[in-house]
Amino acid sequence: MLNQLSHPGAPATIFCNRGLLNSCPAGVASCPASSCPFRSPRSPRLTLRESVLLLGPRPTTDGMEFSELIRTGRAQAKLLRGPEAPPLRGTLCVTGHHLLLSPGPQATSDLWLLLLRRVDSIEKRVSGDSGTITLRCKDLRVLQLDIEGVEATLDIARSIEALSSLESVITSFPFFYRPKGLRLGDAWHFHPPERYYKRVARETNAWRLSEVNEDFSLCPSYPRAVIVPRAVDDDALARCARFRQGGRFPVLSYHHAPSGTVLLRSSQPLTGPQKRRCAEDEELLRAALAGARPGARGFILDTRSAQAAKQARVTGGGTEAKAAYPGWKRLHRPLERGWPLQESFVRLVEACGDLEQSMDRWLSQLEACHWLAHVKEALSTACLAAQGVGREGACVLVHGAEGTDSTLLVTSLAQLILDPSSRTMAGFQELVEREWIQAGHPFQLRCAHSAFSHARPKHEAPTFLLFLDCVWQLGRQFPLSLEFGEGLLLALFEHAYASPFGTFLCSSEKERCLCEVRTRTHSLWSGLNQPKEQRKLRNPLYVPSPLAIWPSVELQTLRLWQGLFLRWIRPPEPSEVAWEKVWQIVTDKKTEGCEPTVSASEPRL
Amino acid sequence: MEHIRTTKVEQVKLLDRFSTSNKSLTGTLYLTATHLLFIDSHQKETWILHHHIALVEKLALTTSGCPLVIQCKNFRIVHFIVPRERDCHDIYNSLLQLSKQAKYEDLYAFSYNPKQNDSERLQGWQLIDLAEEYKRMGVPNSNWQLSDANREYKICETYPRELYVPRIASKPIIVGSSKFRSKGRFPVLSYYHQNKEAAICRCSQPLSGFSARCLEDEHLLQAISKANPVNRYMYVMDTRPKLNAMANRAAGKGYENEDNYSNIRFQFVGIENIHVMRSSLQKLLEVNGTKGLSVSDFYSGLESSGWLRHIKAVMDAAIFLAKAIMVENASVLVHCSDGWDRTSQVCSLGSLLLDSYYRTIKGFMVLIEKDWISFGHKFSERCGHLDGDPKEVSPVFTQFLECVWHLTEQFPQDFEFNEAFLLQIHEHIHSCQFGNFLGNCQKEREELKLKEKTYSLWPFLLDDQKKYLNPLYSSKSPKFAVLEPNTVSFNFKFWRNMYHQFDRTLHPRQSVFNIIMNMNEQNKQLEKDIKDLESKIKQRKNRQTDGILTKELLHSVHPESPTLKTSLCFKEQTLLPVNHALRTIEGSNPADNRYSEYAEEFSKSEPGVVSLEYGVARMTC
Repeated sequence: MLNQLSHPGAPATIFCNRGLLNSCPAGVASCPASSCPFRSPRSPRLTLRESVLLLGPRPTTDGMEFSELIRTGRAQAKLLRGPEAPPLRGTLCVTGHHLLLSPGPQATSDLWLLLLRRVDSIEKRVSGDSGTITLRCKDLRVLQLDIEGVEATLDIARSIEALSSLESVITSFPFFYRPKGLRLGDAWHFHPPERYYKRVARETNAWRLSEVNEDFSLCPSYPRAVIVPRAVDDDALARCARFRQGGRFPVLSYHHAPSGTVLLRSSQPLTGPQKRRCAEDEELLRAALAGARPGARGFILDTRSAQAAKQARVTGGGTEAKAAYPGWKRLHRPLERGWPLQESFVRLVEACGDLEQSMDRWLSQLEACHWLAHVKEALSTACLAAQGVGREGACVLVHGAEGTDSTLLVTSLAQLILDPSSRTMAGFQELVEREWIQAGHPFQLRCAHSAFSHARPKHEAPTFLLFLDCVWQLGRQFPLSLEFGEGLLLALFEHAYASPFGTFLCSSEKERCLCEVRTRTHSLWSGLNQPKEQRKLRNPLYVPSPLAIWPSVELQTLRLWQGLFLRWIRPPEPSEVAWEKVWQIVTDKKTEGCEPTVSASEPRL
Repeated sequence: MEHIRTTKVEQVKLLDRFSTSNKSLTGTLYLTATHLLFIDSHQKETWILHHHIALVEKLALTTSGCPLVIQCKNFRIVHFIVPRERDCHDIYNSLLQLSKQAKYEDLYAFSYNPKQNDSERLQGWQLIDLAEEYKRMGVPNSNWQLSDANREYKICETYPRELYVPRIASKPIIVGSSKFRSKGRFPVLSYYHQNKEAAICRCSQPLSGFSARCLEDEHLLQAISKANPVNRYMYVMDTRPKLNAMANRAAGKGYENEDNYSNIRFQFVGIENIHVMRSSLQKLLEVNGTKGLSVSDFYSGLESSGWLRHIKAVMDAAIFLAKAIMVENASVLVHCSDGWDRTSQVCSLGSLLLDSYYRTIKGFMVLIEKDWISFGHKFSERCGHLDGDPKEVSPVFTQFLECVWHLTEQFPQDFEFNEAFLLQIHEHIHSCQFGNFLGNCQKEREELKLKEKTYSLWPFLLDDQKKYLNPLYSSKSPKFAVLEPNTVSFNFKFWRNMYHQFDRTLHPRQSVFNIIMNMNEQNKQLEKDIKDLESKIKQRKNRQTDGILTKELLHSVHPESPTLKTSLCFKEQTLLPVNHALRTIEGSNPADNRYSEYAEEFSKSEPGVVSLEYGVARMTC
């Protein structure tokens, strides 16, 4: 079976069904293929990518892989962690998932540990009888290791290189990570999108939860549960799915209760050069309008330029024809995606790394990288969508090409603007889970590398980071309105790129099922929701407010997110101390004084 | 009053310069002797002091009326549309006259009356006492003494009467040195660091030309370095770019020749002159005044204006100064050309870095009073108080405030005051409402009899202290806790709250400071209440030992218990900020923002589809 998989064109024969999730015992991380009884008739077929995901590019057997890749056991080294932290000396050691530095017995500091997946690029230099390895991490930290012995340096460098770039998901660290105090599978039920969909279905009567994608056959990047207009049956959905790229037919993203209108998302219609139409798709959108209010209008927000949308027809894509969708009007708001976005990220990080540059050079670099332009565009497009739903009383359908990147950026930000419940700690986690993870943003591909990698980029793009940046801008403009602080955003950035938790693994729900992520790894949410983490993550000044928050998108207002891009470069101390002081003032008040205001303003998780 | 032809114009429109929807407020414009007042239909008042007006423009007539654009020195820009051209013309002419006064006596300060009697006024002026300040620094002492050489402004007109010089510098030396310095501004003490026994001194450029020298001046510098018992050498900082200093030599001025002075280390720091700064700010404002800026417009504009580069240069100079004292224990002599612009910036910022007293509200006032007002920074010329030479106007003091703001950003816990304090001071250097900043030097101020005829700003700021307190300030830091700012380029940001302070839509919608301040106050109040209660309980316990009685006591105390009262009023208080927050969020109307143009796009779609109930059709008409 494994040999078959190594041929690109070979028919994939691995199947999977839902029962597998429960039947597979948790301890069999080493041999996933053999433990799966793939025999359900309604199972999806595995693509090559999915099998690589499961098994890695090469067949592996129990434990072999790591020991093969580790060239040397240990070496004496000195670790430099930037200008602020003191250097650390000790014994360096490479394990399957980590780089360890254990200080000598006389030292007081603890073991230093780096998840190898966090390494984005590695650079080695040898001189005399010692060597230097520079590790650039995905969280933008730069570390330098001075190692004794040339051989040891090269060996360690090679081991890190090999281990940090392993592609197999099921041998990755989350499958081995067993922190104290957390139980497996605990938090995977924290934020199921079904709960939200059920509520909408119950409240509106115009929408229903469909199980048509139960086996991921209709749309591999959608979750099992999708929410669609009640008037459209499952067969019609199947035909809709064939008319949309990747099967991503229009589904509900957000229901704006005060106006009754909805925010929808999908991928581009496959109109092609012949300008094909699909009656079911047209019917679905008609039903969405009818469900909102008789005579409601709709807007299709295409995140490509009109030109690009037109050109997409050549390759089979396209946009909705005006005549085919009465009541809907199309708007184009081009948002950058893919490689240009990644390049912008890379250039910004490069600019931030240069401490010696003059003021003029810094400003011109900031301009040239265009990152803030992307922030501005993303925010203003989201505001437009939110305005359509919240103020104009219209339904808004958002899509770009694939509908897994800028589409999600717009729908999730629009919800944050409109919906006060998504601005709470739990609500925001639910939003990320529903609109990013479950909605099929391909984290595995987009976050494979961060800004330092020399590897040829394939699918990398910092779309999720752009989302976090926009949220940060919102938080800066409305410092009282978000229950979470910068700490949560930083944590999400870090974990999206490399994490001991399973939440951001894989690119879709289907893949997560195949890899049994939910039963065999811990959820980031349970990690984050531990009481000891709260001070770092919460906003002490949060005051719930039922209103929409409309940000300013003028450049005079937007600012570079220094807490992220300069996190490891500038000393964070003053602001951190100040944050601690704010906490003190706030908690002082809450403990000293009056309970009533506290209980009113703090919905506990 | 003779300039005012029209006092009231109705149906005037006020445009928001950053709103793209051409939304406007309609209201009535009033012209008074001191202010231009606009009251809109919601009874919201916009007051514009005539002295704040930097520029009035009458634009070409449009169909809706005659546009009148007023640019203010506090960076407010208002755009009125007056329905009748005649009214507009009248107002325009009146404002032209009123905003540029020819005589000091016509300035607002001379007519401003805050209802205080003469003794209160005098007390206000005595609030900041520089003699007291020098005593605080530790002078006079065995090395430094008060010189009476300038008691009658005989040696230097632009210096204050009381000057501190090295004890070993005799009067002939001082007189000799002053003749060798531009405008007679010889080296004097600006700040004395008690711990290090090192001094910051200031002066103007020497009249050295290409080869001239002056023994007295050399002696005076020697005396300054001798006054420092720890370190024999001293720094001489020329804050100009080297090229400018060299060009000055041709005019018989220039800089110190290191060979002629023993034990000096000479250093250029390269801050540009007032003309460069003026045009830099002009460019900055031009760029940021346009609406709908793109990223490249904004950043290339910011770059080409050079504004942040200049701010960084000033900051770097101050850091150099502070380091020379802290690390090398050396005294420093600072000068530029005349020693009243760049020198004031660098000396005051340097002292601020060295001495935590200047980071308090009172201390900051003292600092401004000492290094800016008393040493003759030409406020009236730099701020254009009177109708004078526009080439003398320059935002030198604004730059100083911006540097301080950057420091407060980097050290959020080290300043007793907040941003509002800096903005308020900036407001008043131009307002001419108080006497402090009128005139160009102390002598001129005395001649104007400012202390008898006008009021001092400082007591009014102190009375309002609550507004200007930084809730994060931790006062425990020792006196000489030196600040070591990082001047990496990315630490310098565009100061939106200064240059766009009146463009409401560009600001964060909720103020953290207010909330924290309120909480802090409530905490203090509660702590006090707890203490009160505890002492009361103790008293009662002492008096009544019987258990039943205590029970009764609890009963009787309960209804009027202060805890209950405070918690009730506390509740109300906390509701206030919440309400405030709500208001501001609602204030963040999408129509105020850039993306509001899309609202029109929504309605632009096929007119047949647009139904009136969405309220968007109105926007298209």
